[in-house]
Amino acid sequence: MTVERMSGSEAVIEATGLVKRYGQVEAVRGIDLEVSHGEIFGFLGPNGAGKSTTISILCTLLTPTAGTARVAGIDVMQDPARVRQRIGLVFQDPSLDDVLTGRENLEFHAFIYSVPAGERARRIDEMLALLQLTERAGSQVKTYSGGMKRRLEIARGMLHQPEILFLDEPTLGLDPQTRQSIWIHLKELRATKGITIFMTTHYMDEAEYCDRIAIIDRGKIVALGTPDELKARVGGDVVTITSSRADEAAVEIKELLGVVPVRDNGSLRMEVPDAKVFVPRLVRELKAPVDTVTLRRPSLDDVFLKLTGHAIRDEEAGTKDQMRAMASRWMGRRR
Amino acid sequence: MSVKAATSGAGSATRAVEPIDTRVASLRAIYIIWYRDILRYWRDRWRLVASLAQPLLFLVVFGSGLSSALGRGALFGAGGFTYIQFMYPGIIGMAILFTAIFGAMSIVWDREFGFLKEVLVAPIDRSAVAIGKALGGTTQAMIQGLILLVLAPFVGVKINLLTIVELLPLAAVLAFGLSCFGVALASTMKSLQGFQVVMNFLMMPMFFLSGALFPLTNLPGWMTVLTRLDPASYGIDPLRRVALSESAPSALVERFALTINNHVLPIPLEAGVMLAFGALMLGIAVMMFQRRD
Repeated sequence: MTVERMSGSEAVIEATGLVKRYGQVEAVRGIDLEVSHGEIFGFLGPNGAGKSTTISILCTLLTPTAGTARVAGIDVMQDPARVRQRIGLVFQDPSLDDVLTGRENLEFHAFIYSVPAGERARRIDEMLALLQLTERAGSQVKTYSGGMKRRLEIARGMLHQPEILFLDEPTLGLDPQTRQSIWIHLKELRATKGITIFMTTHYMDEAEYCDRIAIIDRGKIVALGTPDELKARVGGDVVTITSSRADEAAVEIKELLGVVPVRDNGSLRMEVPDAKVFVPRLVRELKAPVDTVTLRRPSLDDVFLKLTGHAIRDEEAGTKDQMRAMASRWMGRRR
Repeated sequence: MSVKAATSGAGSATRAVEPIDTRVASLRAIYIIWYRDILRYWRDRWRLVASLAQPLLFLVVFGSGLSSALGRGALFGAGGFTYIQFMYPGIIGMAILFTAIFGAMSIVWDREFGFLKEVLVAPIDRSAVAIGKALGGTTQAMIQGLILLVLAPFVGVKINLLTIVELLPLAAVLAFGLSCFGVALASTMKSLQGFQVVMNFLMMPMFFLSGALFPLTNLPGWMTVLTRLDPASYGIDPLRRVALSESAPSALVERFALTINNHVLPIPLEAGVMLAFGALMLGIAVMMFQRRD
C-alpha cells in the first residue's frame, strides 16, 4: 500500500506543456514535470532560462500562454485562490515590511491568510523558534541581516500550513555560510512538517541538496533526475587542464587520445572513464605544454555543461546578484 | 522513508482545508491592512512632525502676511474678521488633502519595495486591499487634520465641543474621498516615477482650486468652473462653515460659502458629493487591482 501511494498517485505538482510567451519572446517553451509529495525538487538553470516564469505560473502569479498545471490537486487556471491557500511562497525579491517587527510581519500574514485567531500566536511562536528568530522577533526588520530576512520569509510562507513551499532563488545574494543554514532549515521543515519544497536556483552546489532536479535551459527542461542520476550521465571522471597553447592541446587530445575536450574559459575539460589511466597518457603524449591538471568526480556543473554546451556563468551572475543585493539594501534603508 | 511519506501523505489527505468565509476573510484583511498603515504612521514620528510643519508655515507666515495686507479690504477686516481666521479651516483641509492622498499612495512604495506582492498573492479579494488602504489613508489624514485644532485659539477661532463633534464626520468624509482618489491613482502607477507628475499636476492644482486659501466667489469664469470641478472644494467648504460658526456671524460666513449659480450649497449635499466621489474612485481602484497580470 505504501508503495502504491509513493508511486505516481501522490503527485502534488503536475505540469503539462507549459508555454509562456511575451510578444515574440518565448520564456518557457513546453515544460512537463511532476513532483511527488514530500520531495525537495530543484529547478536549476542560468539567469533568464525560464525558472522564475515557470514557478510564477505554478504559483498562479502568471497565466500560461498554453499548457495546464495542477498544484495540490487544483487547476491553477481554474481556482487560483484555492491554490494560494495551500501553497507558501518565498519570492526572489524581498517582500517584507521592514518598518514592522518580525512578529508583526508574521501577524499580518496570519490575518490575510485566515489563520484561525486561536492558533495565530502559537503558530507564529513555533515558526519563529523553528527558524531561530525568537530572540529578534520584536526588532524592526530593517535591523535584520540578509539571512534573517530570508528566514523570516520562510517562516511567513509556512504560517498558513501550506502543502507545498515554493521558493524562487531563496539563497540569492547570501554568503555561503548563510546559504547553508537556509538549507538546514529547509530540510528540517520537510522533516517536521512533511511538506513538499519546490525551489529554483542557479547555484549548482545547492542543487545537490535536492531529491530531484530539473535542469532548464532556454525555456526547456534538458534533464531531470536525482543528483546522482544526472552525474552518472557524465560518466567517469572529469579532467581539466590548462595550457599556454590551449588550441594546440585541444587538437592533440582529440587526435592522439580520442577524447573531445570542451573549452571553458581558457581551460580544457574532458570526461574520461578512468582518470588514473588517462592522465599519465595525457602528460606523456601531449606535445603542447600542460601547465596544470585537475581531476575530480563530476559535479552538476559538468552535467549542465555537457547537456547545454555552455556553463552556468556563476561569476557573472554573482556580480549581478551582488549589485542587486546592494541596491536593495540601499533602497531599503531609504524607506 | 517510505513510511514517513505515507503517514504525512495520509495526514494531508485527512486535513481537509476548511472552507473560508470570504466575507469574513475580506473584513479581516481590511482590518490588518488598515492596522499596518496606522502602525507605520505612529512608528514614523518624524513624518508626523514633518507633515505638520507645512500647515504651520502656511498659517504663520502666509496667513499672518496676508492678514496684514488684506486687513482693510472689502471681504476681510469687517467686524474684526481676519484672513487668518478664514484660512485656518482651509489649512486643516490642506493637511487632510495631502495626508490622505500621500497615505493612500503608499501603495506605490509597497509595490516598489516588494511588500505589495505579499498582499496581492494572498487568497483574499483584492477589493480588500483597496478598501484597507483607503481607510488607512482616511485615518491618518483625520488625525493629521484634527491635531491642527489645537491651534484654534492662536488664530482667534473659537471651537467648542459641539463644533468638534460636527467637524469629525466632515473631516472623515473629506479624508475618505481623497484617500480613495489616492488609491485609484496608485492603482494605475507601476513605479515611483509618476509620483512627481501626480504631485505637480494633480495635487497642487487640487489644493489651490479647493478654496483653502481664498474664497471661491467672484472668480473669473474659467476659474469658477475649475473650482467647482475640484472635489476638494466640496470637502473644505463645509469644514470652514462649521469651524467658523462660533467666531463670525453666520451672514459673514455665508459670504464665503461655495455656491453654484449663486445658490449656497447645503452641507449634507456637499458631503454627499464628496462621498460619491470617494465611492467612484474606490470602484475604479478595485477594478484596477482585480486585473490579473
